[in-house]
Amino acid sequence: MHGSTTDTVLKISNVTKSFGQVAALKSMRLDVRRGRVHTLLGENGAGKSTLMKILAGVHSATSGEITLDDQPFRPANPQQASALGLAIVFQELSLCNNLTVAENILATREPRKFGFINDTALVAKAKAIVAELGLPIDVTEKVGNLSIAQRQLVEIAKGLSHDAKVVILDEPTSSLSDSEAEILFDIIGRLKSRGVAVIYISHRMEEIMRLSDDITVIRDGEYVSTHDRNDVTIEALIALMVGRRMDEIYPPPIHDRSKASAADQRPVLAVERLTRDGEFADISFKVDAGEILGFFGLVGSGRSEVMNALFGMKNASGTVRLDGQDVRFRSPAEAIGRGIGFVTENRKEEGLVLGHSVEWNISMAALPDFTGPFGFTRGGAERKAAAAEVGRLAIKTRSLDTPAGALSGGNQQKIVLAKWLLTRPKVLILDEPTRGVDVGAKFEIYKIIRQLAAEGTAILLISSELPEVLGMSDRVVVMHEGVLGATLAGTELTPETIMAHATGFQS
Amino acid sequence: MTQQTAAQAALVRALKQYGGIFLSLVMLCIIFSFLNPRFMSVVNFMNILQQVAVIAIAAFGMTWVILLGEIDLSVGSIIAVAGMVGAQCFAFGLGFGPALAVTLIAGALMGMLNGVLTAKLLLPSFIVTVATMGIYRGLVSLPTNGAPAMIDNATWTAIGTESFLGLPIIIWVVAVLFVINQIVLSKTSFGRRAYLTGGNREAAIYSGIKVDRLKIIIFMISGVMAAISGVLLSSRLFSAQTNAGMSYELDAIAAAVLGGTSLAGGVGTMVGTLIGALIIGVMNNGMNMLSVPYFYQLIVKGLVILVAVWLDVRAKQAKR
Repeated sequence: MHGSTTDTVLKISNVTKSFGQVAALKSMRLDVRRGRVHTLLGENGAGKSTLMKILAGVHSATSGEITLDDQPFRPANPQQASALGLAIVFQELSLCNNLTVAENILATREPRKFGFINDTALVAKAKAIVAELGLPIDVTEKVGNLSIAQRQLVEIAKGLSHDAKVVILDEPTSSLSDSEAEILFDIIGRLKSRGVAVIYISHRMEEIMRLSDDITVIRDGEYVSTHDRNDVTIEALIALMVGRRMDEIYPPPIHDRSKASAADQRPVLAVERLTRDGEFADISFKVDAGEILGFFGLVGSGRSEVMNALFGMKNASGTVRLDGQDVRFRSPAEAIGRGIGFVTENRKEEGLVLGHSVEWNISMAALPDFTGPFGFTRGGAERKAAAAEVGRLAIKTRSLDTPAGALSGGNQQKIVLAKWLLTRPKVLILDEPTRGVDVGAKFEIYKIIRQLAAEGTAILLISSELPEVLGMSDRVVVMHEGVLGATLAGTELTPETIMAHATGFQS
Repeated sequence: MTQQTAAQAALVRALKQYGGIFLSLVMLCIIFSFLNPRFMSVVNFMNILQQVAVIAIAAFGMTWVILLGEIDLSVGSIIAVAGMVGAQCFAFGLGFGPALAVTLIAGALMGMLNGVLTAKLLLPSFIVTVATMGIYRGLVSLPTNGAPAMIDNATWTAIGTESFLGLPIIIWVVAVLFVINQIVLSKTSFGRRAYLTGGNREAAIYSGIKVDRLKIIIFMISGVMAAISGVLLSSRLFSAQTNAGMSYELDAIAAAVLGGTSLAGGVGTMVGTLIGALIIGVMNNGMNMLSVPYFYQLIVKGLVILVAVWLDVRAKQAKR
């Protein structure tokens, strides 16, 4: 064991970091103690990533001091940081899909024999690491064959397999289901008992309150305050983080749907016995104009697969009726043409072209509307429409010509929303619309969703965050292992009932 | 006042985008004019433009393909096939118009095969076009068993040898194709779709862009551009040669990449590609005038491409 469990292992004092004229960090400080989980809390752009990159040796601090075990800590690169005992599990996946789990976990540190990689030792060593962490993963499987959630667990195993004194976990649960998150929490518990200090970054308040020992709030690149977990409430933390009181997390509906007349409740989309072998079976639901239908299920329950089939990305049997007419989309182009929009799960992979401008990204799905005679783009109309969406959704960008990749996560997500709003969809599918988005931007996105519903758009809201589904939906469809668990409404909408159906404990 | 500032802003933008590569071109010209006083003359520049035409036109097509994140290595072979198709059309007694139409259709079909194999069989375009490069090159020899075929159609040969309004026709062809390609790329929805798909294929699919169709059309454009290059080359040679256009695909790729087209896709312009083609043309011409042996030319050309691309990449990184 590493001595007593209360002494400081990592100390950050008065650290500043400037990029040119812009100060990203101003007098940052942090005191991380052995065997404790220290959460770093702040909105996107508050400076968490910059601080982590300094610790990882990606950036160097402009001024200030960092010590690890009372020794000055200034790693020149991530390899050095990890050799000195600081392991980072980044939010963005850094795995090679065509290598096996074992090869990824031990990348650059493969056991060798006569200069060649010793495969037997490699697999044995990786197996030991995975077993110690209690991960249900076959180390000889190719990473490309794993689900996103499993990849995240591999990423964590890779970060933890170094003999680290301090482990940084940057939003490790953002793509994990609840049961997979439990595995992670279990791992964190083991690390604590071994005397390892954990720096934890997350936007999920419930899990922060559950896991943390200490919580430090930062805002606009500055240190705000540090609290013992037992002396603070979620509401107080949110207020500190955004610098103002956040009275509600979920805005109320603009119209009360329970008072809507029967004539208003016409189903826009009706799906019957939608089936795709090996992915989902007998999925039936309908959604009315102006209704928000929540979709909840654990990772792997087939929610995204159903939506992909609805959107014409994949074939499926069964019937789909749009405004009472049978439809069968063979491509997204057809689905978009008939008024379906799809805010996909991963904005960087399927949502945005990061290298191109905000304007081009916003007009992307509505390009036929901006095409004039001989295929020429109607540049003036396009620019006006994009500017209007930027204004309506309060997207913070220097100009319409700024590359989408230069914006913060919340603003990028708003661009994806803007892209679909321009197509004037009758049905809008939102797959994890607030993933990796800070509290302030979340609230704004929820307001936009409410506004769309009030204007008569039928909304399918898919989310892994139970509070989000509960807070926003009129009714909730629960999926479990590719089949429909239940459709719940009114008083049935409780966390307990939804989880019971999602985990299959109730049928 | 505002107009002047708008013009200035446009100039600054152009300098930022093409400054590095344009500077390389100017520097090469200065070096060659010191080494050989006859280099800096209108007549010689006309010469360079005519020599570079075949590469430049093939490079316009290549720019579309690379923009999409693909590659077309069959371009040189298509150039040769086009010349041979033209020659055979005349041997069958067709006139200029029908022969030209058949030649361009042949180019389109060869490009279409590349596109269909890439898009529908999900094969990498590098592999597909390595294969079709061999197949098309072999097809050239079928009609004549490897012998060259003479072309005696006066209109066809006039393209490469006559002038119109004081400028060689071949330069008019390059200019017109440059303008058309640049306008389609920058001003139409088709061009926009190419940029978006090259930038992120998945996002393009989810936004309703039919990327398979787009890919096939773009390989067809590359095929047609190569066929036009083949027409020009055969008209200058008065014949179709079975080894015509050999390794021209590499010059076309070099021109596009020198001009700032990203092999990762999503970035590139015809303006840049034209400048890139001119750099290659100036190097060929300048070294020929100095009677530099061919093998030295190859070494120098390779080094200049490395340095020019490195300077450009460095300038763009510094901007960030």
